[in-house]
Amino acid sequence: MKVLVTVKEVATVEDDFEISGTEIEETYLDYDLNEWDDYAVEEAVQLAEAGDDVEVVAVTIGPERSEETIRMALAKGADRAVRVWDDAIADVELLDVETKARLLGAVVEAENPDLVFSGVQANDDSFGATGVALAETVGFEWAAVVNALDTEKVVDESVASVRRELEGGIEELTDVELPAVLAIQTGINEPRYASLRGIRQAQSKPLDVQSLADLGVGAEDVASSLDVTAMYEPETESEAQYLDGDASEQAGKLADVLREKGVVGE
Amino acid sequence: MTDVLVVADHRRGDLRDVSLELLSAGGDLADAAGGDLHAAVISGNVESFAEDLDREGVDQIHTVAYGEEFNHDVYVQALTALAADLAPEFIVVPNSVNGLDYAPAVATRLDRPYVSDAVDLDYSEGTLEVTREMYGSKVETTVDVAEGPFAVSIRGGEWPPAEGIGDAEVSEFDVDVDEDAVRSNVKGFEEVGGGDVDISDAEFLVSIGRGIEEEENLELVEKLADVTGATLSSSRPIVDNGWLAKNRQVGQSGKQVTPDVYLAIGISGAVQHVAGMKASETIIAVNTDPNAPIFDIADYGVVGDLFDVVPALIEEFGGEPPSV
Repeated sequence: MKVLVTVKEVATVEDDFEISGTEIEETYLDYDLNEWDDYAVEEAVQLAEAGDDVEVVAVTIGPERSEETIRMALAKGADRAVRVWDDAIADVELLDVETKARLLGAVVEAENPDLVFSGVQANDDSFGATGVALAETVGFEWAAVVNALDTEKVVDESVASVRRELEGGIEELTDVELPAVLAIQTGINEPRYASLRGIRQAQSKPLDVQSLADLGVGAEDVASSLDVTAMYEPETESEAQYLDGDASEQAGKLADVLREKGVVGE
Repeated sequence: MTDVLVVADHRRGDLRDVSLELLSAGGDLADAAGGDLHAAVISGNVESFAEDLDREGVDQIHTVAYGEEFNHDVYVQALTALAADLAPEFIVVPNSVNGLDYAPAVATRLDRPYVSDAVDLDYSEGTLEVTREMYGSKVETTVDVAEGPFAVSIRGGEWPPAEGIGDAEVSEFDVDVDEDAVRSNVKGFEEVGGGDVDISDAEFLVSIGRGIEEEENLELVEKLADVTGATLSSSRPIVDNGWLAKNRQVGQSGKQVTPDVYLAIGISGAVQHVAGMKASETIIAVNTDPNAPIFDIADYGVVGDLFDVVPALIEEFGGEPPSV
């Protein structure tokens, strides 16, 4: 059995930042593995641990800098990695899910996995569409917002028995035929920390870089239909009354508010 | 090609609120483009849903009577057939959990550019401008899609619900569902997060978020809840980490709460969290980041470090702060 995990290196923004054009200035950005993808990697590694002969392949679309992130997936237990990059991609607005689905779809077709795990969404753009668009692109079945997977059943019966986390504390129990893409929700497991040994081993695991030509994708296939035209800080509508002073003054004022509201007695 | 097709959201026999908001968002687009507003409702008690959807401005409602509950394979087939029949310039869907499960597939199958989670939409001269947030609501962006036909999902709670009584034409739309292509099977539903405490009953909630940093530090807020008689609740990451049980989670996927006082400690105020607590009588926020979105909905704000403020607050109520 083969499991592909899509991972994305995301930018996180410091509390104070500046915008230049339609981007946040580079100095205010830090890069990290997307939180949802961390859970997707863990789910794949747990599946590999539950079954015999399960190969886990991590795939990312990103520049050389993102190798640090995909090595993290290798350190946590993925067997090998694929990084898709090309000069032709560097200029494309990667917000467009169609572009991502085509690139990842080419990798899926080359790798022919039984399951693909993909985070529900990314911390940075919160688009929430890659997994399902990828499934449709390659003709796989899918389930979105999965917060439980019966790993034994996958290994023994080749069916993904999942729970989808709906709004308001309701879960939907669904059986999904393989091959399938599962969009993984946070909280499905407890992502492990990479061990020192894992980090060392990751350095020698295979990491293939694939260009558009390698994947048989034309530059015209990755043209984006979306154009980010503005970025700005939203107007704050705060009408909060701020409780000022040092911590003990603030606590004193806060205690007064709580007493006044009648929720805390003396 | 100027029409708008919106897709209603329902679950276990109830139309969800976002359905009427979709009619408002869709109605604005139909006005801007000079087209008709169509609504589709798929599966379940479609006749009764159609009655609820018949609001002012709706021209046609298409019902697809197939199955009881949501199944994405059925939705994708039904919407592909409807789009072929109606050729709408805009397909507008909810950015709900079910929307996430079918919208990207519909857009891909119809080869339409897709933009998710819109908080505002503007259409002029053939270009659709979508306003959406990035980086956890720290910034807003406008995304232009220069050429239709379009597919877009909208965030719940951003448009007013459509009102009035309409005179839409309701028609049954026959879809020849290919059962072999339905490859997932919904077996049932389960309510989660019961247990010893019901946070939706509490008058005073002390709610904790990512700012608490480590599980050991929970002792601090537990002590505060103890000395003030508050009930402890949390944002999603605390439950994801397994530090508190699921029945303590406030937000879209957790509980909706409306206490007299909601004291948010180290919670930034992500939209999914706010959806679960914004109706609280009084909201007090403690956060180190003065720009945290939680302050936008707070009545009282404390910009400061919870590790300084909370121990002082415990002392205010005669308690001894634990050393964390």
